Amino acid sequence: MKDVFTGKLVRLSAVDPEEMSKAFTRWNRDSEYTRLLMMSAQPLSSAKAIQKWMEKEMEGVSPTDFFFTIRTLDENKLLGGLGLNVISWAARESFIAIFIGEREDWGKGYGTDAMSIVLRYAFTELNLQRVSLGVFEYNPRAIRSYEKVGFQHEGRMRKYLNHEGKRWDLFYMGILREEWLQMQNGDKT
Amino acid sequence: MRDLFRGELVRITAEEPEARAKSEVRWQRDTEFHRLADSDAAQITSERKIKEWFEKQAEQGFKPERHPFSVRTLDEDKYIGFFGLWVDLIHSVAWVGIGIGERDFWGKGYGTDMMKLCLQYAFTELCVERVSLGLHEYNPRALRSYEKCGFRLEGRTRKDILREGRRTDTLWMGILREEWLQMQNGDLI
Amino acid sequence: MFDIQTQLFEGQDIRFGPIDHEKDPEIESKWTHDSEFMRLMEVNPARPMSAAMIKKQYEKLEKQVEEKKNLYYFTIRAKADDRLIGKAAVQWIEWTNGNGFLELGIGAAEERGKGYGTQALRLLLRFAFAELNLFRVSAIVPEYNEGAIALLKKFGFVQEVCRRQSLERDGRRWDLLIFGLLNDEWRNQAEPERA
Repeated sequence: MKDVFTGKLVRLSAVDPEEMSKAFTRWNRDSEYTRLLMMSAQPLSSAKAIQKWMEKEMEGVSPTDFFFTIRTLDENKLLGGLGLNVISWAARESFIAIFIGEREDWGKGYGTDAMSIVLRYAFTELNLQRVSLGVFEYNPRAIRSYEKVGFQHEGRMRKYLNHEGKRWDLFYMGILREEWLQMQNGDKT
Repeated sequence: MRDLFRGELVRITAEEPEARAKSEVRWQRDTEFHRLADSDAAQITSERKIKEWFEKQAEQGFKPERHPFSVRTLDEDKYIGFFGLWVDLIHSVAWVGIGIGERDFWGKGYGTDMMKLCLQYAFTELCVERVSLGLHEYNPRALRSYEKCGFRLEGRTRKDILREGRRTDTLWMGILREEWLQMQNGDLI
Repeated sequence: MFDIQTQLFEGQDIRFGPIDHEKDPEIESKWTHDSEFMRLMEVNPARPMSAAMIKKQYEKLEKQVEEKKNLYYFTIRAKADDRLIGKAAVQWIEWTNGNGFLELGIGAAEERGKGYGTQALRLLLRFAFAELNLFRVSAIVPEYNEGAIALLKKFGFVQEVCRRQSLERDGRRWDLLIFGLLNDEWRNQAEPERA
């Protein structure tokens, strides 16, 4: 059977709260990064506070939340993270959030690779029926990446975000199990 | 010495938490009253929770910086409203919040009578040097009443309230000890 | 100067009221046994709840209202005798973006079809736009809830997102629709809907 956690450029691994919280404090200081990822203004929290929050979030094995770190295959460098939240097991739908923290790692295909890995995980290990995500109108790099992986545009919530005195739309995208399976049948890797 | 607790139309008392909660639930629902008296968003809270708040307040007992009062009419002993004095102990100045929850008693002089009792208490019992208050520019009835009691308009914060899609000012008023004493015309004891 | 006289919480036949911790749990518990209602209201699997469970839920709600400041919750009550007939809320409020999600349901089956939903939505929208000053509100509705869709469209909501096949019930998949309404759009509507 395939290794569900390994892709072409990156692999998914477990979150170590201590390592991740330190990384978060670095990444969160980049306000372009936070505005691409988060809905609203973020406080600058200490590593200790973030670690405490993470440990609490990850207490026990959650049936609905799956967190991963993204690391490069060649140097095992920590690039970012991925959160998969099953919003309904009855409907078998989950939401996904992905982030690459270091800006020098943006635009290199890492995000797209990580997303393909997690979709395989979602559809062949968690056996979900659909994966959804929200992405901001002013994040075209992410939108292209998600399109590449197979997400379809499903609409936009108009003027949802308020930044720099302008309003921006929130795009919704989704991919269905059948669509993903069809894409795989095209390339039997 | 004058009777601190009796005016011409009203008297001041301390109501039981249960009675306060019963009336407060009704007054809270009157959004015209709420918007004249307060700046926070109109809300609906259960009687149980409101009673909890008042019980907590009652438990705290006497505090030198906070003086809440309930108000009843003299003729029918009806519980119609409240006022509270918050004292800055270092500077010996007080802020007042006042309201008549029973709308049948608006515009009949009850508020002015309440405020006179309030000022008398502030200057002769709490012995502060000045009393301040704020009010909405869209509350002319209150403005007239406070002027009658001796308050002077000292300033306004422009467009700090947003309601029904319009911005209005908050007016700020104050009365000094000397001014109040002069109004009494030497008839203090 | 401008309209602060019109009551925010009073409709024609219904009003918004507080939670009655003594009387309401029993009534709301009955609604949860009505699977048709629950499947219209909830995306999560329908589940009957006891009055005791509802009581606990109310306590959690009031705590959240007090602490998180991202929720305003109302019971919908008949003006005639103050009986509980439904619930309404503005939730998931994000203040810097000026966003909120609306929730509304007439739980008592015998009270539906009388126009109470329309009255309640009218109050809820005025509260969200003219008191909370939100920039936009959203509502999430399963495609099979034709009543809710018609009601939202009546008030000018625009269908913005179709989350395809997000829900599975009765052996088939359904779309979840997201509707949105901007403050400006609401303000520019004809008076009767806004009054």
